[in-house]
Amino acid sequence: MLKVENLSVALGGATVLENVSFSVQKGEYVCIVGENGGGKSTLLRAILGQVPRAGGTVTLTEGKIGYLPQQSTAGADFPASVKETVLSGCLGALGWRPFYGRAEKEKAERVMKRLGVWEWRERSFSRLSGGQKQRVLLARALCAGENLLLLDEPITGLDPLVTQELYQLIDQAHREEGWTVLMVSHDVKTAVTVADKILHLGKTVRFFGTSEAYLASDLGIHFTGRCCEHV
Amino acid sequence: MFDLLREMLSYAFLLRALAVGVMVSLCSALLGVTLVLKKYSMIGDGLSHVGFGAMTVALALNVAPLYVAVPVMIVSAFLLLRLRQSSRFSGDAAVAIISASSIAVGITAASLAGGLNTDVYSYMFGSVLAVTREDVILAFVLCAAILTFFVLGYHRIFAFTFDPDFADASGTHTRPFNMVFALLTAATIVVGMRVMGTMLISGLIVFPAVTAMRLSRSFRGVTVTAGVISVAAFVIGMIASYAFSYIPAGAGVVLANLLFLLLASLVGRLRKTG
Repeated sequence: MLKVENLSVALGGATVLENVSFSVQKGEYVCIVGENGGGKSTLLRAILGQVPRAGGTVTLTEGKIGYLPQQSTAGADFPASVKETVLSGCLGALGWRPFYGRAEKEKAERVMKRLGVWEWRERSFSRLSGGQKQRVLLARALCAGENLLLLDEPITGLDPLVTQELYQLIDQAHREEGWTVLMVSHDVKTAVTVADKILHLGKTVRFFGTSEAYLASDLGIHFTGRCCEHV
Repeated sequence: MFDLLREMLSYAFLLRALAVGVMVSLCSALLGVTLVLKKYSMIGDGLSHVGFGAMTVALALNVAPLYVAVPVMIVSAFLLLRLRQSSRFSGDAAVAIISASSIAVGITAASLAGGLNTDVYSYMFGSVLAVTREDVILAFVLCAAILTFFVLGYHRIFAFTFDPDFADASGTHTRPFNMVFALLTAATIVVGMRVMGTMLISGLIVFPAVTAMRLSRSFRGVTVTAGVISVAAFVIGMIASYAFSYIPAGAGVVLANLLFLLLASLVGRLRKTG
């Protein structure tokens, strides 16, 4: 459903991505891994059209993208209720209408209930814990998209238990509702267990294939740290 | 208080000043919520100083002040936003440089034209006598434009303020939004400058939003509260200035806003502990 061909991106004169090509099929769960500065976040931003492309194409054949940015830029005292935050996910569906209709409000309610954030709907978003915030932002992403989730390091800074919960929620969306998932992750050990496919990025595609094949590859052995366990 | 208000309304010039002030207070409070949350508060301050410079230069050259102030401030608004976004220049330093330069240019122009006369003084600290019929019409047009923008664009303004990256990914592009905000802020400052004075107008942008954030936790709540507080503080400030002739109008309004902020902080603190 998503096809990236020969994508190149240059930021501030430096090449960040070069000749990146891969495609994601409907219903797949793909994790993007790689060293810091390898262009993982930039790839997501290029798919969304937020950074200028120096070359190549990105084609989304069907559906709509729900995006969970790396971190929210809103300040610590930003006045926004959980409900307002989740509902803002429906922004893309507004078109030329000024207000949300019943369809959007029902969708937001459904998603909030499913992710267990409905009880917090009147609470202040900025006063939630890190894990609660990510849950709310995942709800917003599910409101924004139709069947493709783009997640940019959703578990950064979360404790192990909360991380596990968030992985479960993403997995649930993937398995039970058929969301296609494209997730940037620095947690490569979990990535290989949850994802169908791994995209290892280091300026260009260094590996793209199933998690099993990645684990068997030299790059995979090296990057998951298993090379050192034997020494 | 209501007798005083009725008495005030019998003077045509005070009625005009009140009308302009109420409309400008509402506009600046609405814009202020986004400006404060995006940490652009200083832009209002910078723009008002640019306004002072432009007005005094116009006075010295004997041209209609608005013809100079409006284009100069629109250009400055874009410039300030651009500087704020560029990483090469620290944003608050840029605002300070532009503010100080504008005042220096303004004072020099005023002194060339024969010193700090009452006109210059009224630009700095505002004057209820200076408000004309055209100002009322201008304020009305501006207020109608801003209200329409806020009502129809409310959900987009929320998304743009809360998370510009996400808004951008959802098709609400941030660049034109930034420009619209810069333009409307410049216009609000130009219109409000007469009553409030260039030194005090930026308070009208910052105070209501900060006060409302003490009282409400949702964006809708803060936006509505800021509008109500701003209008109330303006009316109270004007009445105080009328009742006690030693309080200038602009100062009275800012002091009323300060009082509201202190009260709101108290309420917020009591609520947290209680």
